[in-house]
Amino acid sequence: MAKPLMINRRRFLQTTAMGAALGVAGTSLPLRRAFAADLTIGFIYVGPKDDYGYNQAHAEGAATLKAMEGVTLVEEENVPETVDVQKTMESMINLDGARLLFPTSFGYFDPHMLAMAAKFPEVQFRHCGGLWTEGKHPKNTGSYFGYIGQGQYLNGIAAGHATKSKKIGFVAAKPIPQVLQNVNSFLLGARSVDPAITCQVIFTGEWSLAVKEAEATNALIDQGVDVVTCHVDSPKVVVETAAGRGAYVCGYHANQAPLAPEKYLTGAEWNWANVYKMYVTKLMAGETLPNFTRGGLSDGFVKMSALGPAVGEAARKQFEGTLAEIMKGGFAVFKGPLKDNKGNVVATAGQSFVETAIELESMGYLVEGVLGSTS
Amino acid sequence: MSERASPSAGAVEWLARRAEAFVLPLAALIVGLLAFSVFLLFLGKSPLQLFELMWRGGFGSWFSVQNTLSRAAPLLLSALCVALPARLGLVVIGGEGAIVLGGVAAAAAGYALSGAPAFVGIVAMGLASMAAGALWIGAVGALRHYRAVNETISSLLMAYIAIALMNHFVEGPLRDPASLNKPSTHPIDPAFAIGDIPGMDVHWGLVVGIVACVISSILIEKTSWGFAARIAGGNVRAAQVQGLAVGPLIVGFCALAGGFAGLAGMIEVAAVQGNANASIAAGYGYTGILVAFLARHNPLAIIPVALLLGGIDASGGLLQRRMGLPDATVQVLQGMIFLVILFSETFYGRFKAFNPDLWQRRR
Amino acid sequence: MEPVDIGLWGVPLAILGGAIRVSTPFIFVSLGETITERSGRINLGLEGILVFGAMAAYAIAVMTGSPWLGVLGAAGTGAVFGLFHGWICKFPKVNDIAIGIALMLFGSGLAFFFGKPFIQPSAPDLPAISLGWWSDIPQVQAALSVNVLFLIGAALAFALWWAFRHTRAGLIVRVVGDSSDAARAMGLNPDTVRLLATAVGGAFAAVGGAYLSLYYPGSWNEGISSGQGLMAVALVIFARWNPLGCFAAALLFGGAGALGPALQSVGVTQGYYLFYAAPYILTLAIMVATSSPGRSLAGAPGELSITK
Repeated sequence: MAKPLMINRRRFLQTTAMGAALGVAGTSLPLRRAFAADLTIGFIYVGPKDDYGYNQAHAEGAATLKAMEGVTLVEEENVPETVDVQKTMESMINLDGARLLFPTSFGYFDPHMLAMAAKFPEVQFRHCGGLWTEGKHPKNTGSYFGYIGQGQYLNGIAAGHATKSKKIGFVAAKPIPQVLQNVNSFLLGARSVDPAITCQVIFTGEWSLAVKEAEATNALIDQGVDVVTCHVDSPKVVVETAAGRGAYVCGYHANQAPLAPEKYLTGAEWNWANVYKMYVTKLMAGETLPNFTRGGLSDGFVKMSALGPAVGEAARKQFEGTLAEIMKGGFAVFKGPLKDNKGNVVATAGQSFVETAIELESMGYLVEGVLGSTS
Repeated sequence: MSERASPSAGAVEWLARRAEAFVLPLAALIVGLLAFSVFLLFLGKSPLQLFELMWRGGFGSWFSVQNTLSRAAPLLLSALCVALPARLGLVVIGGEGAIVLGGVAAAAAGYALSGAPAFVGIVAMGLASMAAGALWIGAVGALRHYRAVNETISSLLMAYIAIALMNHFVEGPLRDPASLNKPSTHPIDPAFAIGDIPGMDVHWGLVVGIVACVISSILIEKTSWGFAARIAGGNVRAAQVQGLAVGPLIVGFCALAGGFAGLAGMIEVAAVQGNANASIAAGYGYTGILVAFLARHNPLAIIPVALLLGGIDASGGLLQRRMGLPDATVQVLQGMIFLVILFSETFYGRFKAFNPDLWQRRR
Repeated sequence: MEPVDIGLWGVPLAILGGAIRVSTPFIFVSLGETITERSGRINLGLEGILVFGAMAAYAIAVMTGSPWLGVLGAAGTGAVFGLFHGWICKFPKVNDIAIGIALMLFGSGLAFFFGKPFIQPSAPDLPAISLGWWSDIPQVQAALSVNVLFLIGAALAFALWWAFRHTRAGLIVRVVGDSSDAARAMGLNPDTVRLLATAVGGAFAAVGGAYLSLYYPGSWNEGISSGQGLMAVALVIFARWNPLGCFAAALLFGGAGALGPALQSVGVTQGYYLFYAAPYILTLAIMVATSSPGRSLAGAPGELSITK
């Protein structure tokens, strides 16, 4: 089609734009010699890029691509999961010539990204968190995610050693599989230290709602919880509130240690840079992109924050031992006999779900020892 | 200028009287843009580049125009939810509640009727959504008239309650167990999906919205109902003295307004999402308040205002990507433009050029 | 200190704690709006002013290291926004409700625009006073750890209630709000009084925002306000323009808001969205129960566009 023309128009615009902006905006639009492998990549975020959480983790991964030769990055933040995101994708393709798009919020997948993928078969779309299925979803789409439940398991080990009240707490957004798996992993990690530990979960019902997250944290601590972690888009409020009340915290999404240096035990962080670099390298080399990508700690998709000063020797030993186990691959957080908190058996004795087990991605229960319900 | 035109030309006078409603907002728009340019210059950014990008992103190409139209579509119906009660002097700010409940009702109907003929399904979804919205905002009107509960606060409270109900239904009784990480209702029958307008990349919701604006305009300007509403809006007691049934009038207008907002929810479900989920609470109800006030509650004026808003929104992405401006830039720009446009209302009737009566008097 | 198991007592305690923690922004915004509306103007834009105040307070606190300077600075910016609203609305045919809605957009837009660099840094928090020293139970102490702004807000509510009745300034505001003509006959300039009343209202709202960013939840980000400013404006009508009513309404709202998380923490987990809607349902129920066509809107200022 008219792609070469489009790119020329874009370059023309960039140069004139630079002139018009008196060089102020020059940083984002470097003049480069055009070469064949030039690639424009679009990133779309559902919240602000610096939220100390979900979006920041993606934006940090995206930022590492800027250093790659021949790559142009275009980004938009605060894009709602409506027709807006469809138009944003279309605009990145039509006006910026983007050939690889990363709509990073789960809600962008169906129907928005699928609709755009059908319309632009020559553009590649990779989505965070979705379950790409052969035959059901277009070939030019795909999904990637990480086994961050492993990280929450390690969080749980640190929490299990730190808790005195034997009650740990979890501030969660919505009862969906990705969240439930984290809650369960956190408790199972703690129970590997002491099987008497229980985990109280409170659902806020929204991905980002500062006052409610603070209230939920306070309610947990009022019930005697002394280690808190969370799965909301921006853990900043939970971390600061919990530490302010004197509880220990485990981080999520990104490194929140600077927010509570004394009380921060460790945290499960995304390491999207590796994933994004993999896709871009493959595409620039002319290879086909994988449609279904998953990885955990051992693949460098997930990493742990450095252990905080409050982590004792015994905790450090178990944490590092388990981490080494996980790094070997094939580690199972969920293994039988295991019941959910309504008494149903979810894994019989001898049955185990290793990290790659696809059943884990449709988890609909809370395991025994978690106080809370899924609806 | 036009003062010198031939006085015999009635057309000129006709034009002059009507020109005010176009020239003043347009001038205000330009002043607003100039004010924003000063803001940009302080930040060391180029206003020329901004305007070039806004033109490209919002209006400059067929793609941009369609982008603008898509974003304007939901605002037409949600603005009517404010404009219609405003004719009776009511300030209803809770249209968002009617939108989300309309969406849930439409999704439930669209799933329940799976397999029915497309026409039946779509009409049923539309009716269900309108009924839900009409009930919600109609209740606001009824509370206002029969219990003297202030409609501004009750509609706002009921919007929050509606969103809670929507979340409850979507994650509870109506949840599709297959919607794993994004809780949603069961998808509607794909046959009930509202497609795009032929030859365009814009769904039929745009047409529905425009038709609703035209119907509302006829209702207000040409029917006895509209006439009665204008009297009641001016003075409730005077209307009652004249024997107008103010109660049914208020409840009826509010219900119609809520019905339109509910329909907006149905379109969001049938044309965009394919099911009801938390994303249908996208804030269209709140943006609609602004659109209605800018349009001075004139249903036909809602159309250009929604287009303006949609266009600025559509260009927002380019401003982020090309100028490195934060996403909030669009909000600042819209805020400035709208403040100036609203301020410009003070100039209505102040310029002789728009008032042929004054030409006569001088002669 | 060892935590104590308080079980179901957690719920009333959470409501008490929530009423104190969550209510402060509502108190300040609704008191500010009471002053504005008593003068016969309505400023729906306080949400935007609150968000800008939250940003300004946080930014100033980060840069100077003093949260109190942040609060003062926020009040200043709020007053400027209020003056702007008051000035623009004094022109004939300008609709104060519409200007307020545009101001909501403008204020939060500016706050997000200038607030980007302040999302990451940490600002010093406002101090709290511990009123729970008499108890050995840490949860009680935590619930009664009261921020100074809450106490100031409570004192202001009483002071304003008294001032509206017994001071010359209070009388002037009320006369202007009830009838511009009567005010002019007394030699008052209604526009000037409303300008000042809107400025004070803006300053109050911005202090409410400062509480959000500097104390509870105590951080600046774009989701810091979940509509507290708009809701508080509505609460003024609920409270029938009575400062003490505003204080009570804010406490009710804050306490009811704590109900959802607290019930989940003691095991009531079904239908939490409906519990989260408790403040709205409760407020609506009280309004419906206490209103009647006969004594509609007693206490409404005569010049107020929204109740005319």
